[in-house]
Amino acid sequence: MTDVTISLEGGRQDSREAGFGDYFALLKPRVMSLVVFTAFAGLIVAPGGLHPFLGFFAILCIAIGGGASGALNMWYDSDIDRVMRRTQSRPIPAGRVSREEALGLGLTLSAFAVIMLWLATNVIAAGLLAFTIFFYVVVYTMWLKRATPQNIVIGGAAGAFPPMIGWAAVTGDVTLSSVLMFMLIFMWTPPHFWSLALFMNADYDKAKVPMLTVTHGKRATRNHILVYTILLAGFAAAMFATPLAGWTYLVVAVVMNALFVRGAITLWKRDEDEAEADGYKAEKAFFKLSLAYTFLHFMALMVDKALFSFGIGGPF
Amino acid sequence: MAITKLHEIHDRRRSRNVGLGLVLGLFVALLMGLTVVKVTVLDPARAAQEVSR
Repeated sequence: MTDVTISLEGGRQDSREAGFGDYFALLKPRVMSLVVFTAFAGLIVAPGGLHPFLGFFAILCIAIGGGASGALNMWYDSDIDRVMRRTQSRPIPAGRVSREEALGLGLTLSAFAVIMLWLATNVIAAGLLAFTIFFYVVVYTMWLKRATPQNIVIGGAAGAFPPMIGWAAVTGDVTLSSVLMFMLIFMWTPPHFWSLALFMNADYDKAKVPMLTVTHGKRATRNHILVYTILLAGFAAAMFATPLAGWTYLVVAVVMNALFVRGAITLWKRDEDEAEADGYKAEKAFFKLSLAYTFLHFMALMVDKALFSFGIGGPF
Repeated sequence: MAITKLHEIHDRRRSRNVGLGLVLGLFVALLMGLTVVKVTVLDPARAAQEVSR
């Protein structure tokens, strides 16, 4: 676009022009940070070694792949984003970036990330990344997000792949250990998002997204949170069957799962009147705890790996 | 006639151009690094062969 077109098209066009930050925002940097962290953890705890530059390159590709999924998600969901208060300021609903630009950016970065990961590491890691992007964009965003209240469960699978990809980048395979890291995030996602939905209900309702709180009510959501939290504790314990878990993981898993299950029971016992009376205090605390839960579990695995390499401790 | 008064739109455009330039520069550097690592570090025998030629 030239300066001449600005003067011809006037103020409307003027206010729509995007800055670099708008394109970066399409990549959902906050989500990307979780992807980077868990992929890094998968890469670090994997047996064997990877050249540091290739490790950095692999993480970068996984982050770009995750960002590309975010851009494609914003392209498809721009109608919903326009309605929900939380997402109204995103680049597409705000009118700074067009849907076509988001689609182009998402597709280009997806292809780039998969091909470069393949060149840098191996076909298994690249295949897993390609499948993750496909799963998040097609299976979750286009198909199931608007069709079923179990959307969060399915969407969680896409977010659970990064540690598995990080692991595959080093080893070139998929094992019980990497599957359990996948399960840790997969089972954690529903209680994490449903606890958020308990105090953000109005927004999902307005956008007509079949969030469990909207379709089945908050009582059913509280029941679901408890069930998934108990299942999650089981998968966290199953990690002891792998050579990854040491004393650090034992301490973190016991403490965090006890707190998480206790929090889920508190939520399950409460009713709406009680929650509204104290401004969803317990729900908000549970949501915050869920953020620490994943972070600490993966940190513990990395600390144990470091300790093992110094000959301190060992797997159970 | 030249435009003398800068508008906020020019800042946004500059941020896009500078950002894209940095991304492209980073891309070149990454490819260079990847090539060096793949050719030398991961295959020392080939690297030694290349040096002796």
